[in-house]
Amino acid sequence: MTDTAERSQERNGAAPEPIGRVVIRFAGDSGDGMQLTGDRFTSASALFGNDLSTLPEFPAEIRAPAGTVHGVSSFQVHISDHDITTPGDAPNVLVAMNPAALRADLGRLEPHGLLILNVDAFTEREFDKAGYRQNPLTDGTLAGYRVVEVPMTSLTMGAVLPLGVKGRDAERSKNFFALGLVSWLYSRPTEPTLAWIDQRFTGLVRQSNEAAFHAGYHFGETTELFDHPYQVSPAKLPPGEYTNITGNTALAWGLVAAGQLAKLPVFLGSYPITPASDILHELSKHKHFGIRTLQAEDEIAAAGMALGAAFSGHLGVTTTSGPGVALKSETTSLAISLELPMLIVDIQRGGPSTGLPTKTEAADLNIAMFGRHGEAPLPIVAAYSPAHCFHAAIEAARIALKYRTPVILLSDGYLANGSEPWCLPDVDGLPDISVPFATELNHVDEDGQSHFWPYLRDPDTLARPWAIPGTPGLMHRIGGLEKRDGSGNIDYTPENHEHMVHLRADKIARIANDLPPLEIHGDADAELCVLGWGSTWAAIDAAVQRTRRTGRKVAWVHLTHLSPLPKDLGDILRRFRRVLVPELNLGQLCRIVRAEYLVDATPVTKVQGLPFTAAELETVIEEALS
Amino acid sequence: MSDTTVQLTTKKDWMSDQEVRWCPGCGDYGIMQAVQQLMPDLGIRPENTVFVSGIGCSSRFPYYMNTYGMHSIHGRAPAIATGVAVARPDLDVWVVTGDGDALSIGGNHLIHALRRNVNLTILLFNNRIYGLTKGQYSPTSEVGKVTKSTPFGSLDMPFNPLSVAIGAEATFVARTHDLDRKHMMKVFKAAHEHRGASFVEIFQNCNVFNDGAFDDITRREVRDEMMIDLEHGQPIRFGKDGHKGVMMRSDGAIEIVEVDDVGEDALLVHDARREDPSLAFALARLSHDDHSATPFGVFRDVDRGDYGTLVSHQVAQASERKGPGDLAALLRSNSTWTVS
Repeated sequence: MTDTAERSQERNGAAPEPIGRVVIRFAGDSGDGMQLTGDRFTSASALFGNDLSTLPEFPAEIRAPAGTVHGVSSFQVHISDHDITTPGDAPNVLVAMNPAALRADLGRLEPHGLLILNVDAFTEREFDKAGYRQNPLTDGTLAGYRVVEVPMTSLTMGAVLPLGVKGRDAERSKNFFALGLVSWLYSRPTEPTLAWIDQRFTGLVRQSNEAAFHAGYHFGETTELFDHPYQVSPAKLPPGEYTNITGNTALAWGLVAAGQLAKLPVFLGSYPITPASDILHELSKHKHFGIRTLQAEDEIAAAGMALGAAFSGHLGVTTTSGPGVALKSETTSLAISLELPMLIVDIQRGGPSTGLPTKTEAADLNIAMFGRHGEAPLPIVAAYSPAHCFHAAIEAARIALKYRTPVILLSDGYLANGSEPWCLPDVDGLPDISVPFATELNHVDEDGQSHFWPYLRDPDTLARPWAIPGTPGLMHRIGGLEKRDGSGNIDYTPENHEHMVHLRADKIARIANDLPPLEIHGDADAELCVLGWGSTWAAIDAAVQRTRRTGRKVAWVHLTHLSPLPKDLGDILRRFRRVLVPELNLGQLCRIVRAEYLVDATPVTKVQGLPFTAAELETVIEEALS
Repeated sequence: MSDTTVQLTTKKDWMSDQEVRWCPGCGDYGIMQAVQQLMPDLGIRPENTVFVSGIGCSSRFPYYMNTYGMHSIHGRAPAIATGVAVARPDLDVWVVTGDGDALSIGGNHLIHALRRNVNLTILLFNNRIYGLTKGQYSPTSEVGKVTKSTPFGSLDMPFNPLSVAIGAEATFVARTHDLDRKHMMKVFKAAHEHRGASFVEIFQNCNVFNDGAFDDITRREVRDEMMIDLEHGQPIRFGKDGHKGVMMRSDGAIEIVEVDDVGEDALLVHDARREDPSLAFALARLSHDDHSATPFGVFRDVDRGDYGTLVSHQVAQASERKGPGDLAALLRSNSTWTVS
């Protein structure tokens, strides 16, 4: 393999041209294997040492009618020789496997961007399916782009037919041809991809994928369609051991870690739902950590099982997305009343209802904050990057266990499926989040009799004792009916209910004392502050950096804890003349901070199923500054 | 906890200090008495016992037991109890539910707990009415039932709880009634001894909103002629001096016969252990109303691995195969690279 790379440089007579960064978008039909192609390109780039960020996009249909625009599946990857956080705004390169992919994604390509087309798929029939009335290759549609036409299907068949592959199977490897070609163009090492093919496939499929990959790679170096390859050097990231990680994997591993750090077995009750199912899949693999996973009959049962497990002394977790959060609301309210620890993980997607199952949105803040009956506050933690999902899961578990409360952990489709290099933490440096179970009677009545009172609280945290079944002498009954503080006996009296409502609210509010001070990024003395939460982190980071490079001042505060809000947030926001709140919703956090702190915060909203681009936020910041 | 011999308990050890708040004359009292009296005989400890209930009159039950208990959400008790039983197969987990709780709002959780064979003892108090909400018809109310919500009579075909349970692949299915403590204790004991999901329908009288619903079957004066007591391995006989019996016809249907007419050898011999559920199903559907002879006792009692134990085995096997979980190794389980 190394041979190939060396030869390619010789033949071209010049070393690859170094570039700092490139954004490549692979687009094709749902059945074309574009997610796999993007994922493999990403892996090779990660192992090569680039910084990177990815944005997979795929339709909700498993196999939408072939060749149609709504069946297009894309994978965008941004690789760089320096620290980056976003998957890039406009791709520099678009690889389109058919006319539908071209039609769906051409608008995203930067002006003069490189367009690599599988011309074999550019037929009258395919134009028709994609909704092109004329041939886009000849009607001027592509004016202003650098177009490279490659007959990928026929070249792939030429490479694999001699191996004995038959009929349509021969075409199947064309995504590996595309991967080989782009790997050559950006001087990717070939070993990781070939090793992966070797491990993943067997027999004729392995041989044909290898052959197609080589054919694509050689096509790049031997034809004169491209002047020369490019090189994106490894990024100068902080020293450490890295792995490339998606948000869902990081979140699942964070739950594994939380169980270890809490010294508790993890119990996951879950019902399949996009884009959260991968967490169920991942945790199901790790039973040797003592993890129990149960695919429940529905979202409600999944939450109920997690709560039952929590009552029994496990770290109870349920994972879902928007519609599932609505169904779990009843159980979450019970968990608030029972004051038991539990995690509800919401991988947000476009709503309402089924909405955009495979697209991202962050519009579940309202339901997380308010979506329960009665006065039912709970803590909310939001992850801000794929790798941060690991730490956010541990933090959510820490709060749940310490304060005996359900916690909602918010991620979203963009974080869930997007990936980035993650500098692995020192496992020994992770926090101990274990809490003791109750083992003793805790109350003596007037007659000198000792009892166990399930609602006698820790004076600081207001957490009640967690006495699990199997503990002699501490038998007790809890339920959804209002109970007397202390004894836990049913009590409907007016004074007691008011006391309990305030107490439950106070318990959650006090968690603010347990949060680290907020960090103000950028210029603390700026007039403008950007307030973000969740996955907007990447785009805000890039936009703030770009603005500051022009010599303008801007500050940025990013929230990981949305309930309770950090104690210092109000004072910080009041320091700035203007506050912008970018959100992938219609201003849900913005409304909360306006109500909470009486600051004149301005919402910046986007609800297209896509993350903000850095350019969009840069423009908004520019406008606010001028 | 380390003692292997279980200390003996008395009925009093199982009674909580809470005031019981069911209506005077409610059938629930008798059921509670039977459970509390039975517990010492089961050789189990209150601290290892959990009662989970949903919402409804019967669902107050956990408050009155001196065990661990949760009064949870309408219909959700089987799901929550599944969490308890799968997390902790060492515990004795009981579910107390009613006809509305288990068969209406919680129907889905009930059937899935049964098919998974979660180690639960499920006591369904069937009074064929919504009591706590003051008298609407329930999914077991008979067609034509006049209630507050059905002033012109209900149009709904009712569920036969045992048919539902057997259809849901239940491994233990039984029926008893609130007027016979001994019978209840016998059935509850068998249900508890069964490893897996045990489903017990209890005919329970709501003396306020549906008084006498089962009188034609369970009243002392008619009991002999109307209750068919099932005994595993015994010919199915009932009535004064056992003059009636149940026979299977050549077409597979079962019917009530006079023993003198057909001879004792023609009677159906009850087989609760039969893997095939068709006999239990036929017996469950022998009576169609509240005025016909109705079978009681254990209809079905077959062994199948219980879910919590199976899950625990998978966890144990994974640990054996892969060794104990190593977090640092997990984080390195995909390709890694080092930046120096």
